[in-house]
Amino acid sequence: MNPVVIAEDLTREYHVGGGLFSQPGIVRAVAGTSFSIEPGKTLAVVGESGCGKSTLARMVTMIEEPTSGTLTIGGKTVTRDRWRELRADVQIVFQDPYGSLNLRQRVGAILEEPLKINRPDLSAGDRAAKAREMMRLVGLRKEHYDRYPHMFSGGQRQRIAVARALMLEPKLLVLDEPVSALDLSIQSQILNLLLDLQERMDLAYLFISHDLSVVKHVADDIVVMYLGRPVETGPKDQVFAAPRHPYTKALLSATPSADPRRAKQRIKLAGELPSPLAVPPGCPFAPRCWKAQDKCTAERPQLEGTPHPAACFFPEN
Amino acid sequence: MSLLKIRNLSVEFATATGPFRAVDSVDVDVEKGEILAIVGESGSGKSVSMLATMGLLPWTATITADEMSFEGRDLRTMPGRERRKLIGKDLAMIFQEPMSSLNPCFTVGFQIREALKEHLDLDRKARQARAVELFEMVGIPDPERRLKAFPHQLSGGMNQRVMIAMAIACRPRLLIADEPTTALDVTIQAQILDLLTDLQKDTGMGLILITHDMGVVAETAERVAVQYAGQKVEDQKVADLFDRPHHPYTSALLAALPERATERRLPTIPGVVPGQHDRPRGCLFSPRCKFADDRCREVPPPVQPRPIGLARCHYPLNVPAGAEEERA
Repeated sequence: MNPVVIAEDLTREYHVGGGLFSQPGIVRAVAGTSFSIEPGKTLAVVGESGCGKSTLARMVTMIEEPTSGTLTIGGKTVTRDRWRELRADVQIVFQDPYGSLNLRQRVGAILEEPLKINRPDLSAGDRAAKAREMMRLVGLRKEHYDRYPHMFSGGQRQRIAVARALMLEPKLLVLDEPVSALDLSIQSQILNLLLDLQERMDLAYLFISHDLSVVKHVADDIVVMYLGRPVETGPKDQVFAAPRHPYTKALLSATPSADPRRAKQRIKLAGELPSPLAVPPGCPFAPRCWKAQDKCTAERPQLEGTPHPAACFFPEN
Repeated sequence: MSLLKIRNLSVEFATATGPFRAVDSVDVDVEKGEILAIVGESGSGKSVSMLATMGLLPWTATITADEMSFEGRDLRTMPGRERRKLIGKDLAMIFQEPMSSLNPCFTVGFQIREALKEHLDLDRKARQARAVELFEMVGIPDPERRLKAFPHQLSGGMNQRVMIAMAIACRPRLLIADEPTTALDVTIQAQILDLLTDLQKDTGMGLILITHDMGVVAETAERVAVQYAGQKVEDQKVADLFDRPHHPYTSALLAALPERATERRLPTIPGVVPGQHDRPRGCLFSPRCKFADDRCREVPPPVQPRPIGLARCHYPLNVPAGAEEERA
């Protein structure tokens, strides 16, 4: 099947500083990231804060232009003048359902706004019918149509946000930490909803999360990012069962497991993520890595190996 | 003697729409050198009960308790002056948001020395030496330089370490950590949790860990108290709780964990936590419970005896043989 989205070598740089007292610098928020997602599949992007997950989401949703690299959506190469027509195919659900809905709009108006802008030929009656149909799909009740967002709980709001994203029948849904702001009992409701909708509408998901237990449940493929670069990609089962990059291994071992009897074998990572302004030469993970050797600090390892490539000179497994 | 003993604690807030009961007859016991985790969803009253213990609630809160004692000293009748000597010294707390709990106008060194000055009889030099020592204990590299930094110059993980250093500055007997790792990345979370458990082992202090993350509970706690809508619904040793939960809420919560899922569709808990105006008459969990009957909806459930995990339920699950006749 043809992939919905193909990203090749996506890079996004920001120019920072250059003020009165500081030297101008370049932050490479995302560099050399490639992936593709087929309809009905979920690609999860995992990594710690500052690894470029959200910048990647902003490029795929055409909120920002990549500095270099190409993005293909539904077989069409994305250029700035085609954003308008292609944006309907890619929609996004944000992390915080409290901040991402307009408090002054009723649910009905929130859901109909994308149609008003992108399908101006639809009549008001058709729009309302579509909105009601979508509310039924995501599990909102009929009487919710005339309510305001503040009358809903966090989980219900996230349902509204999902419904809004689906109004234009996109092919790809970008989910930026969709359940991290929700309580555990609500989290499972939303995850089930997302899985239902994916089956029913054959949606492709770009699922961004730092919670590996959620990722393990929903993903088909995984990209692990560190300081803006993918360090390991592959099918979910392989990445979880036999991580190759030391960082992936450390990340997995640091994730607490809900089993009090499991023997703790935590890999202790020293230090923190380096500043993205001063990415170390060579392997960006080398300063925190327990396997680092001289070669690691001198030369940057490339993603190598199929079907489960890792960017490391001394991979595990 | 328990380090902290609380009986029948209730906290009510006066709001514009009438009184709201955030904590409803909660009992807490912590022994010396014990790690107790309090878990619950947002709004379950886990933070409020601990803030009440610390005496940090605003005047709109009405706190009632049959007993509230720390090392045998009654916290309810203690005069303010004496209480302030205790809080921050023997009884310390780490808050969830390190960035907003530190004062942005002062260096972290000033703030940590302030705690030392208030509670310990040290001179200026000794305070500086102790501050450096504390920063080394919590794993902050280059402590002399970092003491001169302002909170905004440090990362979230570093600020959380500063908060921990400040809390343990006077070697507390009991440390309350309110979601100490929620704002942090997993690799930093692992570092902070290791740090807290190591400190607890070295100093023999009691530790109360407030969290909503079942993974964190499983890996660090010895005993777990589960709270729901302001009530404690279950209290068990950690391994027993994960193997044999007695309250239907605990059981449903554990089943909803993605990592315990056996199939693609996760088990869910329907509905939401009751709010101020729709609190059920009987069991608070009854509208969402799949075992609930008319008795649950009408009669508030009793607290079951210790072998049934102090479950607040008419029909506890997984009742061990022999405990049947003890049932309330």
